[in-house]
Amino acid sequence: MARHGRFRSAGGMMRLKLGGCRGRALLALPVLAGCSGAQSALDPAGFEADAVARLFWIMLGAAALLWVAVLGLARYAARPRQEPWRHRSAGRLILWCGAIGPTLLLCGLLVHSLLLMPALRAPGGPLRVEVQGEQFWWRVRYHPPGGGPPVESANALRLPVGQRVELRLTSPDVIHSFWVPALAGKMDMIPGRTNRLVLEPSRTGLFRGACAEFCGASHALMAFTVEVMEPAAFQRWLAEEGRPAAAPAGEGAALFLKNGCGACHTVRGTPAAGRVGPDLTHLASRPTLGAGILDNTRANREHFITHPREIKPSALMPGFGMLPEGEIAAIAAWLGRLQ
Amino acid sequence: MLIYNRKHADLWTLLAPPAIWAIHFLVCYAAAAIACAKAEDIFAGLGGLRILILVVTLLALALIAVAGLQARRHWGFGTDDPPYEQPTADVRQHFLGYATLLLCALSFVSVVFVALPALTIADCR
Repeated sequence: MARHGRFRSAGGMMRLKLGGCRGRALLALPVLAGCSGAQSALDPAGFEADAVARLFWIMLGAAALLWVAVLGLARYAARPRQEPWRHRSAGRLILWCGAIGPTLLLCGLLVHSLLLMPALRAPGGPLRVEVQGEQFWWRVRYHPPGGGPPVESANALRLPVGQRVELRLTSPDVIHSFWVPALAGKMDMIPGRTNRLVLEPSRTGLFRGACAEFCGASHALMAFTVEVMEPAAFQRWLAEEGRPAAAPAGEGAALFLKNGCGACHTVRGTPAAGRVGPDLTHLASRPTLGAGILDNTRANREHFITHPREIKPSALMPGFGMLPEGEIAAIAAWLGRLQ
Repeated sequence: MLIYNRKHADLWTLLAPPAIWAIHFLVCYAAAAIACAKAEDIFAGLGGLRILILVVTLLALALIAVAGLQARRHWGFGTDDPPYEQPTADVRQHFLGYATLLLCALSFVSVVFVALPALTIADCR
C-alpha cells in the first residue's frame, strides 16, 4: 500500500510538473504572439524598423551574455568550501568586471546606436505627407511629387513600397505620437512644432499604427492603418483619392447636408466642406472606421453616427441618436458608397 | 586652485569633478539647442558647434584628469586600503581622496558619453 501510495504521489508530481510546463508555455503564448503581425517591431517591414529590430537583437544578445556571466559569478561565489581570494585579485576582479568591462560594453552599444542615426535621418523622396494628430484621429495630406494640389484624407495612410517618404508631423491640440512599429520608430507630434519622420517600407501589406503618447480619454482608441502598395498602384490610388466623391447625390447626401454633418466633415463634390472632423470623401475605401477601431461596416457606421462617444469617449462629435432610424440608415448607406 | 594644489581634501574637492561634468553637459546641451533653434535649414551642417563641443570636451577631460591626480595624492597613492573607518584626520583624507578618485572616473566616462553624439550627428535633424 505504502509503495503504491509513493508511486501514485510520484506520478502526481510528474503530472504537476507537466502541468507547470504547459502552464508556462501557455503564459508565453501572448508574448510570442507579439513577435509578428501587423503591429510588431520584431516583424519589420521598413528600413528604419529593420535597423531598430537589429539593434534590439544586439542589445538582447549583450544583455543575455551579461546575465549569464553574472549568474555564473554568483554561482562561483556561493560554491561550498572555497579558498579566500587574495586581496589584490579580488580588487582586480571588481575593477575589470565591475567598472572597465561594463563601461566598454556600454560605450560599444552607444557608438553602434549613434552610428545608425545618420542613415535613418537622410532626406526623403519627392512624395511628402503631412500627418496631423488630433483628439482622437489623424488628418492626412499628401503632397504629390511634381506639384499639383494636395490630396486630403484621414485615418489611413498609403505608401509606395521601396520609396522614402517624408512625413511632417504636427498637432493642433495636445502631444500625440505617431508610431507604426512595423515601419519605423515613433515620433512625437508636438503643438507648435513640425517633426520629420522618413518611412521607407520594404514590403507590401497592411500594417497598423497607433498614438503612442497619452492624449486624452480615447488615446487607446486612436489608431490607423498603413497600406503599403506597389508604386504604380499607389500612383493610381493617389490620383483617385484626389478626385471628388463617387456618389455625391441621393437621399443620404441630402440628409447628410440637412442635418449639418457638412459643418464638420468634408465630402468633396458636395457642398459639405467642414474642417473640424475627418475628411469623408472616400470613406468607403478605408478599411476601418473611427480611427482604426471598428470595421467599416454599415452597422458600425450607424452606431458611430448615433453614439460616437460610446465608441470614443470625449470625442468632439455629438451623437445623432435623435434622428429617425431611417435617416441614420440612409446616411450610413450613402457613406458606404463613397468610394 | 580647487582641483590642483589643495593641501587637504574637503567637500569642495569631492564635488569638483561631478561639477565639471554638469557644466560640460549644460554647455553642450544649451549650445546645441541654441544653434538648432536659430538654424533656418535643418540639413545645414553644424561644423562650428561640433568643434566647440570637441574643445569643451577636451578641456573638461583635462580638468577631471588634473582633479584625479590631486585626489590620488589625497588618497595617499593607495598606501591605505579601505574601509577607512578610523576617526583620524589621515584616514578621513584617504577616504575623501578615494571617493573623489572614483567620482573622477565616473565623470570622465560621463563627459565622453555626453560628447559622443557630436561625432555622428552633423546637423539638426
